[in-house]
Amino acid sequence: MDIMFFSSAIEFGVIFLFGCVGEILTEKSGHLNLGIPGIMCMGAAGGCFGAKLYLMPTDNPNGFVTILMAILFAMLFAAALGAVYAFLTVSLRMNQNVTGLACTIFGVGFTSFFLNTIVLTEGVSTKLSYAGQNFFNAALPGAESTGWFGTIFLDHGTLVYLAIIIAVLAALMLRYTKIGLNLRAVGESPATADAVGINVTRYKYSFIILGAAIAGLGGLCCIMDFNLGNVDANVSQTIQGIGWLSIALVIFTMWKPALAIVGSIVFGALYILSSRITMISFEQIQLLNLIPFIVTVIVLIATSMIGHRETQPPASLGLSYFREDR
Amino acid sequence: MEEINALELKNISKYFGTVAANEGISFSLKRGEILALLGENGSGKTTLMNMISGIYYPDEGQILVNGQEVVIRSPKDAFAHQIGMVHQHFKLIDIFTAAQNIVLGVERRSIRGINEEVKEIAERYGFDLDPKKKIYDMSVSEKQTVEIVKVLYRGADILILDEPTAVLTPQETEKLFSIMRAMKENGKSIIIITHKLHEVMEISDRVAVLRKGRYIGCVNTAESSEMELTEMMVGQKVTLNIERPETKFDRPLLEIRDLCIKNDMGSRAIEDLSFFIRGGEILGVAGIAGCGQRELCEAIAGLRKVESGGIYHEGESIVGLSPKEITHKGIAMSFIPEDRLGMGLAPSLSITDNMMLKNYQDRMPAVEESGESAEAPDADLAVQTEEPGAAPAGHMEEPDADSAAQKKNGCKVFLRRAGDRIGRFLNRYCGFVDRKRARQQAEQIIQELDIVTPSTETPVRRLSGGNLQKVLLGREILIQPNVLITAYPVRGLDINSSYLIYDILNREKKGGTGILFIGEDLDVMLALCDKIMVLCHGRLMGVVHAEKTNKEELGLMMAGSLNLMEEKGKQMGIAKDTQIGGDASWNE
Amino acid sequence: MERIKEPLLHITRRDGMPLWKSMLIRAGAVLIALVISSIFISAAAPNSQGFFGFFGSFFSGSFGTMRRLSQLLRETSMLLLVALALVIAFKMKFWNLGGNGQILMGCLASAMCLVYLGGRIPNGVLWLIMFVVSILAGAIWALLPALFKAFFNTNESLFTLMMNYIAMYLVAFFITHWYPQGSGAMPSMSEYALIVKFSDPSNTSIWGKTIPVVLAAVLVTIFIYCYLRYHKHGFEISIVGESVNTARYAGINVKKVIIRTLILSGALCGLVGFLLVATVNQMITTTMDGNMGFTGIIVAWMGKFDPLVMIGVSLFVNFLTRGMSQVCIDFGFTSEALSDTVVGLIYFFLIGCEFFISYKLHFSKGRAKKDRPDFMDPAPKPPEITDTTAQTQQENTPDAAEETA
Repeated sequence: MDIMFFSSAIEFGVIFLFGCVGEILTEKSGHLNLGIPGIMCMGAAGGCFGAKLYLMPTDNPNGFVTILMAILFAMLFAAALGAVYAFLTVSLRMNQNVTGLACTIFGVGFTSFFLNTIVLTEGVSTKLSYAGQNFFNAALPGAESTGWFGTIFLDHGTLVYLAIIIAVLAALMLRYTKIGLNLRAVGESPATADAVGINVTRYKYSFIILGAAIAGLGGLCCIMDFNLGNVDANVSQTIQGIGWLSIALVIFTMWKPALAIVGSIVFGALYILSSRITMISFEQIQLLNLIPFIVTVIVLIATSMIGHRETQPPASLGLSYFREDR
Repeated sequence: MEEINALELKNISKYFGTVAANEGISFSLKRGEILALLGENGSGKTTLMNMISGIYYPDEGQILVNGQEVVIRSPKDAFAHQIGMVHQHFKLIDIFTAAQNIVLGVERRSIRGINEEVKEIAERYGFDLDPKKKIYDMSVSEKQTVEIVKVLYRGADILILDEPTAVLTPQETEKLFSIMRAMKENGKSIIIITHKLHEVMEISDRVAVLRKGRYIGCVNTAESSEMELTEMMVGQKVTLNIERPETKFDRPLLEIRDLCIKNDMGSRAIEDLSFFIRGGEILGVAGIAGCGQRELCEAIAGLRKVESGGIYHEGESIVGLSPKEITHKGIAMSFIPEDRLGMGLAPSLSITDNMMLKNYQDRMPAVEESGESAEAPDADLAVQTEEPGAAPAGHMEEPDADSAAQKKNGCKVFLRRAGDRIGRFLNRYCGFVDRKRARQQAEQIIQELDIVTPSTETPVRRLSGGNLQKVLLGREILIQPNVLITAYPVRGLDINSSYLIYDILNREKKGGTGILFIGEDLDVMLALCDKIMVLCHGRLMGVVHAEKTNKEELGLMMAGSLNLMEEKGKQMGIAKDTQIGGDASWNE
Repeated sequence: MERIKEPLLHITRRDGMPLWKSMLIRAGAVLIALVISSIFISAAAPNSQGFFGFFGSFFSGSFGTMRRLSQLLRETSMLLLVALALVIAFKMKFWNLGGNGQILMGCLASAMCLVYLGGRIPNGVLWLIMFVVSILAGAIWALLPALFKAFFNTNESLFTLMMNYIAMYLVAFFITHWYPQGSGAMPSMSEYALIVKFSDPSNTSIWGKTIPVVLAAVLVTIFIYCYLRYHKHGFEISIVGESVNTARYAGINVKKVIIRTLILSGALCGLVGFLLVATVNQMITTTMDGNMGFTGIIVAWMGKFDPLVMIGVSLFVNFLTRGMSQVCIDFGFTSEALSDTVVGLIYFFLIGCEFFISYKLHFSKGRAKKDRPDFMDPAPKPPEITDTTAQTQQENTPDAAEETA
């Protein structure tokens, strides 16, 4: 039972992980993207659409191709909205909060409409849930035979491992590569980065769009992996909530993708806690739901009170950079 | 065989608008020499060097590197020609390590092994630098080291250091100089911008002197003397006709005793400073940039914490009072930091609103004064825009069929009275701001100080520099202070505007105000001020009577090579008739 | 010698633009967005009524019936109230993204009064208590982030964002606490509704709920307009928003201003919560805020933080939303989500067009002739810009360099 809980926590946590790593990359470039909830929804819409494109005409679908199509389209849709955000905030220098909120409003609405009207035509939903159960949730070999180890570490779908790989790569990239160094410089002080010859605009665009694409996988993961391919009517609302928590998780993990792996599993555990504890009443469940948010607030306050330089957001987060304002 | 110069400038000019920052400057830098670029503030040293390092592009002239003509459009171009500049304001990222800052933006494949590389370079030139240390943990001199290594790492052969010693202690300066000599040994050519003569004498091989944007000449340091250089730097005495009205000096209004203040970096900006200002005198403060004037101003105005010592206004201590309380005591500050709009003015707000900045909390007088009707004739208009919906609309409907003009007039007066009364009520009991008075004040200063602006409602951001200064000074004078602190009030102003400012200050002085004038141009200070106090590294070098001194003496004091405090052996800066501690009477 | 490519365009900040011109740009942006979506929708809709039918439906959403008009006015007033609450914080550059939570807390406080006090005291007293506690609840919800912002400089946008969800789950908790058997909803307690009664019951049902809300909106708009423009507090807010340094110089206690302003901001959101429960719904759900805390941000921003302009913007936003919902119904879409999509699209266009209002584009006119000396460049010299590329843009060919090379 406990092992199962831990396993589910990981499975749910990776949804946060996608969103969180995407947002970290975006914030490292100095942009607070409040459009992440909408962007994650876009990923869900795109993923289902991609899977449908392949599954509908095919009688004997191949699992690998299905997953690939879903991932491709999820990233494509999410990146498209990310590009709109990037264009408005980087090139047109509009307010990041306002633009992000508009992205969320658009993304959530669009996904709800798109899934219900365009994706879920006759027969799609059974095919999607078939794919969800058999392809996206296919466990690694040995999951059954290795007991608790298998349940925790091997019994997950492809996207779970993908999320962790992406998080590790992002952490390595930020810490050890030149690109990561330049990116952090852009987020800290675009003027300084500009002065040493870094192409600030290119970095901002690249990482906002890349961050959006990664976050989009979170939406896909929510539907195809955790929900086993079942598209219910409120899915975009659920993803929106997860999206806001992903942004909170960024603070919780202090802008470190490696910490985000742990943080997202903790958040996942907190999130599903209420549905796994059987002995408590319905109202207590609601109180349990509060925990992730309260924890986030406490972490936010604590980091600002300690005021250590390295746990702070990138110094120019939320400020648009206009060279001639200097 | 003719020697090829590392850097040669031919006829370089740069104009900002119609002002020539540099005009026809030509000189050369030999390989492996240290050239000092000497000049007063505003003589165009930094502008010139910015053109070499790719920040600005010259309007005229040519730059030759190693005998080849080059075009430098960006810092990247400058690096490509192996020119690197260390700016006065560091461009570093706080949360990065030294090594990360140094390699940032350099074309290279990975960042592995940077610590070793940086360490190697640092050791080669004798720097003491920990590549893994974060910038935010560093002192100013360490940050400067990082900047220098950053330039060296990019393979610069020509280094430009913009006032590198301004932020250093004498010991750190000494260390920097030995490093510069080591770099020279390594075949680097160095230009050091400074206006400290003794440093020039110590470090440089040759000295190029600029004055008011023009190139004066170049001499070998060994064949020159401080006196000669000062003459070159200052030039012929500019004939200035600034009035210095004779006033009867009043009692000391503001007295500073043993004041110590820290700067933003946490080091001492002002040390054991004592001086006083009498009513009716202008006390000039001379000193090189960053010698603590800014911190002193902020401390007096209540914006900066006083470490120790006292500030007394008419004998009462004002240490620890809020800026508001200090303003109410009659101390006004018109202080223009490097960024003119950073403090003192709110850029997007109108002139009217900026007029209110200090006195917006004042209440209108309770009873109507008899001189009310003598106020500006357009006041009624102002009132109506002031309180929309507040002015009772019902009164508008009064019939004006017969004897229209007179009645209309009467109605107007009545309306104005009513509007005034409502305005006064709202101001006194509802906390409304008195924008009407602010607008009148704005109009007053616009007229008196010839401020060029479309209207009183124009955001100050759109005004030109000179007009901004006038708004700022005008506002401070309007509250009729008895101590006025003004820093660089004529910076960026043309001659006529400058004279207007001097006239304003003299008028205030005649009215018995004590003025602390922080200036840049020694000629002006000698002509305008009654006494001049010289600071060097936050220490008082002496207070001299403007009539009895000259620029050379001041220059030596500013550079720290002449200290009158030691010479005279008596304690300066404390008034005989001090107001501190009891009612010491005064008679002069 | 490498030639540096001159960028195609050069952007500078505009100093100001006549109102008619900026309105024309905005109207153009909306029109483009509407035409795009109308073509798309009329082509894809299951029950399409054509391109012109689109605009017919669009207008009938707001003005089709008396009831719709009343609803438009009510929702506009609500949104305006929220935007006004937020704008005072935004003017201070305090990003209060917690409007939703503050509204919900107001709702919760009111609902609590309904549950615990309803029927035990006269309705008049009940409303008064509801009014007070709602305002208090909203104020407290905004006060928390403000305190931490003032004393520890805690990031306010993320803090307020989290407070939204805490409020939401608190509401969920109380609903299940009060009605453990219910399905997460609270039954309407319409007997305690604060509604203006008309002699004609049909008028009451149309206008009864709208009038108190509109009244509140009018009063608050006048209040906020005067507060920001004429009151000392408003003056302090604008100084703090301009520059904290200048504020300190002027003797303003910045912490006090932040806290005081946020209390007012939260209180106004609480008022909206009160209106939602007392006049419109008499019950509470977790989505009662209707996302107005976010829409309000867009309204405040598009209204340039000017209360009078915001009246127009909130009316326009509601007109859009209602119009699009109507289109969705008339065109046979089962989900109303399409309306969000189109509204989002229009937001994008509106946000984007602001760029052209605040910035000016200069297209380069090609390079100067090769043999002309540099200083005769007719291009206007930019003022003292310590900028590398601005320099590259204005200068000519490196002709002299090429001659020597």
